[in-house]
Amino acid sequence: MPIHGKAHKYGDHIDTDAIIPARYLNMTDPDELAGHCMEDIDSGFVSKVRRGDVMVAGKNFGCGSSREHAPIALKAAGIAVVIAETFARIFYRNGFNIGLPLIESAGAAQGIDDGDEVEIDLESGVVRNVTKGEEYQFAPITGIAAELLEIGGLRERVKRQLAS
Amino acid sequence: MTITEKILAQAARRDEVRPGEFVTCRLDLVMANDITAPIAIEEFAKMGAARVFDVEKVVLVADHFTPNKDIKSATQAKLLRDFAREQGLTHFYEAQTGGIEHIILPDKGLVLPGEVVIGADSHTCTYGALGAFATGVGSTDFAAGMALGECWFRVPASLKFIFTGQLSKWVCGKDLILYTIGQIGVDGARYMAMEFAGPVIENLPMADRFTICNMAIEAGAKNGIIAPDDITLDWVNSRTTRDFEVFNSDRDAEYAEVYEWDAADIEPQVAFPHLPENTRGISEVGEITIDQAVIGACTNGRLEDLRIAAAILRGRQVAKGVRCIVIPGSQEIHLAATREGLVETFLAAGCLVSTPTCGPCLGGHMGVLAAGERAIATTNRNFVGRMGHSESQVYLASPAVAAASAVTGRICGPEDL
Repeated sequence: MPIHGKAHKYGDHIDTDAIIPARYLNMTDPDELAGHCMEDIDSGFVSKVRRGDVMVAGKNFGCGSSREHAPIALKAAGIAVVIAETFARIFYRNGFNIGLPLIESAGAAQGIDDGDEVEIDLESGVVRNVTKGEEYQFAPITGIAAELLEIGGLRERVKRQLAS
Repeated sequence: MTITEKILAQAARRDEVRPGEFVTCRLDLVMANDITAPIAIEEFAKMGAARVFDVEKVVLVADHFTPNKDIKSATQAKLLRDFAREQGLTHFYEAQTGGIEHIILPDKGLVLPGEVVIGADSHTCTYGALGAFATGVGSTDFAAGMALGECWFRVPASLKFIFTGQLSKWVCGKDLILYTIGQIGVDGARYMAMEFAGPVIENLPMADRFTICNMAIEAGAKNGIIAPDDITLDWVNSRTTRDFEVFNSDRDAEYAEVYEWDAADIEPQVAFPHLPENTRGISEVGEITIDQAVIGACTNGRLEDLRIAAAILRGRQVAKGVRCIVIPGSQEIHLAATREGLVETFLAAGCLVSTPTCGPCLGGHMGVLAAGERAIATTNRNFVGRMGHSESQVYLASPAVAAASAVTGRICGPEDL
């Protein structure tokens, strides 16, 4: 099913402290974490984000700490997919491990502005900017990342491995 | 092959691996702390796992929000303690046996050359200083590692950093890694291995090597690594009787890029807010007053770091209005620092000496900043809000620069005293 939502746009090097400040790492409940998502760099994010929305950012998204609380908070806040020019590697693993799709596309990351309405088809590798009438291609997700998205994350993969 | 490729090949039971390949490696150690383990323990149960793959190879350390800063943190630490007891883990550290994870794991001989380690903490790359492959992962990867004793990796390409020449006085491992990050940027080594080599590195003590590899993640690297030599082997052999294998990069190993820098050109470095790549030499810092200095963390909380800070603070006073917080990296280091008289030196100079904790580095506790406040810290990150309020600022530097700055109340080097 295509993803359809509004874009929330940020810059380069959005670190995991920005996504969820460390002072909230004394809890693990996704909804509680979502309530503080992005608050140090955008205090209005939580009130404006809607389920199915898309986060768009520049280079090296998710750099810094390994905290899985970061993708968990984004997903629980309603973000259906993150598009960035590039991702930091631990965040990239964590996103797919918890079933949050991540798309690397410089074209989409640069072309989409804050508030644009976007549609994404993960299988065909197309991001459509409804507001601007533009389309951006990305390499469809393959390999382990695709497998994790299909089965719902690493938990399920390990569960099957342990059962076999 | 590079040292990183050789270690991964061995752990994947392969003769050879190449950058970009996906491999599944057996794990020699998996580690998590009081903020990443709680999610992992829940995931472990949801995976249907009953027992960890090896009670000797799963390490839990309560260090981030300890001594427990509030009820929620206490609950998380208790979760680790209970899980460690239920599973019969050999290695659970807190309180009297504890300290900062990336300081105590090497100190206790739990990581050896040639081993493959994942840790649910981004600074797990610290252990590369021992010639091990060590990388940070999230909670679910750690939970999978606890259950299976293996992990998949994409083999990283390697960057080589060669330091030649002579280090200037007061220039240490922290300055070399800050300089490196300043040169290549916070994503300059994204997904890659950073291999540090050359005569300067070969003469560095282990403490400096740990500092260098600790901050590989701040350039986006998967791992930092230094080939083991006599300094490494002396250090390791005094801590373990376990067998291990030493790997070295081949002469014809392939690197995505090789950087060579003359250490004599590098002065003490300071990374300005809000990225570790915003580095300047100490002579280009200008007039920046500080409210707080933090000396410690997994980056610079070792005994050698405390000795440098104490040498500068001995017979001097912390500037009026500045809070200088010194945090020994472990109980053992705290005791050794006390026996050497370093703690007395710090207290006499007006420093606060804390029990080991990650505390202020991540704005947890024991030194959180208010809006508008500025700190110089030997920690590894200066992101927005990292040490407290989103309008506070963190400058990163070595123990020598942090201690000198505490004395003058403005960012300066020891030569300025």
